[in-house]
Amino acid sequence: MSKEVAIIGVGYAGFRPLTPEVSYKELMFEAATKAYEEAGINPRKDVQSFVTVSEDFNEGTSIFDEYVPDQLGGVLKPVHTVCGDGIHGLAAAFLQIKTGQFDIVVVESHSKASNILYHSHLLAFALDPIFNRPLAFHPYAVAGMEMRRYLAETGTTHKQCAMVVAKNRQNALLNPLASYPAKLTPEDVLASEPIAEPLTSLEISRHADGAIVMVLASGEVARALSDKPIWIRGIGWANDTFWLESRPWARADYATKAAKMAYEIAGIRNPRHEIDFAEIDDTFAYKELQHMEALGLCAPGEAGILTEEGYTSLEGEFPVNPSGGNLGMGHMLDASGLARVMEVVFQLRGEAGKRQIPDAQVGLAFGWRGIPTTSGAAVILSI
Amino acid sequence: MPRVAIVGAGMTKFVRRAQETAKELAWEAASMALESCEMTLDDIDCVVLGSAPDAFDAVHMKSEYLSDGAGAWGKPYIRCYVGGGTGVFAVIQGWYHVASGVFDTCLVVCEEKMSSCMPHPQGAFLTIFDHTTERPLGPNLLWIFALEMNAYMTRYGLRKEDIAYVTVKNRRNAADHPCALLGDPNITVQDVLNSEVLAWPVQRLDVSPISDGAVAIVLAAEHVARRVTNKPVWIEGVGWALDTAYWTNRDLSYPVYVEEAARMAYKMAGIKEPRKEIHIVEPYDPFDYKELHHLEGLLLADRGKAPEDAARGRFDRDKESEPDWLPSSPSGGLLGVGNPIAAAGLMKVAEIFWQLRGEAGKRQVPGNPKRGLAQAWGDLMQVGTVVILGI
Repeated sequence: MSKEVAIIGVGYAGFRPLTPEVSYKELMFEAATKAYEEAGINPRKDVQSFVTVSEDFNEGTSIFDEYVPDQLGGVLKPVHTVCGDGIHGLAAAFLQIKTGQFDIVVVESHSKASNILYHSHLLAFALDPIFNRPLAFHPYAVAGMEMRRYLAETGTTHKQCAMVVAKNRQNALLNPLASYPAKLTPEDVLASEPIAEPLTSLEISRHADGAIVMVLASGEVARALSDKPIWIRGIGWANDTFWLESRPWARADYATKAAKMAYEIAGIRNPRHEIDFAEIDDTFAYKELQHMEALGLCAPGEAGILTEEGYTSLEGEFPVNPSGGNLGMGHMLDASGLARVMEVVFQLRGEAGKRQIPDAQVGLAFGWRGIPTTSGAAVILSI
Repeated sequence: MPRVAIVGAGMTKFVRRAQETAKELAWEAASMALESCEMTLDDIDCVVLGSAPDAFDAVHMKSEYLSDGAGAWGKPYIRCYVGGGTGVFAVIQGWYHVASGVFDTCLVVCEEKMSSCMPHPQGAFLTIFDHTTERPLGPNLLWIFALEMNAYMTRYGLRKEDIAYVTVKNRRNAADHPCALLGDPNITVQDVLNSEVLAWPVQRLDVSPISDGAVAIVLAAEHVARRVTNKPVWIEGVGWALDTAYWTNRDLSYPVYVEEAARMAYKMAGIKEPRKEIHIVEPYDPFDYKELHHLEGLLLADRGKAPEDAARGRFDRDKESEPDWLPSSPSGGLLGVGNPIAAAGLMKVAEIFWQLRGEAGKRQVPGNPKRGLAQAWGDLMQVGTVVILGI
């Protein structure tokens, strides 16, 4: 496992609530062109493998991997698709480079969420077809139940969850790629309409469209091609049980296991002190807190207090979601995890503009696949 | 780079399995594979799942639904898909998990349950086409493969009866497979030529049957493999390639993407003369002409000559005396065993594994084969996936 892996190019397109003037292919093409330009490579000559991340139902096309090669420059080359969060795709590329058979691998993921009429209808199809779907509950009830259990077991307050929303959407004001920047108070969040109690509408991230392409390279190639390679120090992913009936409702064990694997590869023993900031899945406001605890960044029940004290704010000791997270930037379906990684890359390169964290050297990104799954992936990046 | 071996395999019967859920099928194959090498889930570091469209089961994020059935509870777990090529690609994905040095063992599970798609999975296949340019025409898989078969036959002036012999060979081979859906020792070329025309030149017996089933294999890094078994089967080469999505703009008479994938795998395996160095082959055969098409793409037959080769018995399981003898689809292939898409691809890899270990029972190819190749194909006549195994 001596081979090092770095991100040497990042390209993006879209990052708006609606992109009616372009197709997903055009979004992918724009993101890919930018990423190849930044990495200084020709996809047809230099890239040895492509990984794309997508789910058929999100795209409205079965076997969606059919439609990815052309706009990436991957025709007649090794291309494959994985189902997962964008960070699962990053993991697939990381493993390929580690084999020593590949020097440059490209990862792509996108969201054309604005094409989906009712996302909750798709989520209903993700519930167990025999035991859960016939009950015909709104899938957000899974999040509502989980939030209630999490608050009950950890003593976290609803207001602390609301503060996550206020913080992330405030951070988004400084991010030109954010779809939902806003100045909100925790009271505004608590007063918004309840969706699946205790979850209120402002605690649920809204969708955005966009595409992200990243170019990964092995150590020597990365050093030759890039002045600012961002190194993947560790990566991990894990599943917990799919059954609603037997999962640990208050905890995100998948995050704990994914982080343990990533920390082990990176040689990190004390994440809170060895990592400078984190971009963590906040599809629902309470998830940021639950994930922080599961990732070992603080003790169970501590994340809400730290948020209240400003510890995780942009100026705090350990900024969480400086980009605005899913709540501020918009949830990008399968690409959400890569959006988190992209912000970590920008911060580490010192290219994060007005939201730049001073002296950022090591960052963590964590992505979750959303309800009703228990599947997540974590990655540690450094300069 | 650590060498990666297959150390165990398991397979369910391929048939309509209305009594079992998809999860249960995945579990059945996974536990058979683990038992075959006397391992348990505690010995497995990560899990890879292969399954074709979510539309068959109408389950969104199908990999999450199948996770515990596939043995992925609490483990690193990724699902891959490249359409029909998924079954062989899942092995490639398992290979890079272990060859990376990050994991020592990997359980690869492929599952497909097509019978829950009513009235017929062709309905789900409507949704694989481009939503703007193709879907409004109401295309059907049989039509586009009829186009391809026609292009192949017209380009080389091929005879339907030579192609039909592939169905005969594979269904006869499948008669010896305990998991097969359509084994038939007495089928003749005339039966195929007399079967109902679906979309000329495709007739009913040119096509593999839909079915339900699951297959699983266990991969291990060299230091583990040597401890687990005295008969490891090594993954010597892997290759895959995806052609353009604009299939209407391509020459359909030759699968260039299969050639690209094969060249990548041959290079990795250090194979210079594939016809001499490959002893058995499991090419993807959802249609009889596809097996021949793929044998040409794999550089194991001359272009346009595979049908003649088939008719003279070059690809038969037991015709050792035939010049350039190369047993092809000794399992019975998709035409004989059945075609639960992703599972069928992995079945081909499992067959090479059993053949190289001398464990294929009545299907055993004579002459102690040392190296075999499994290949799958899918998407819009677009992707080739190749794995080369050796002992």
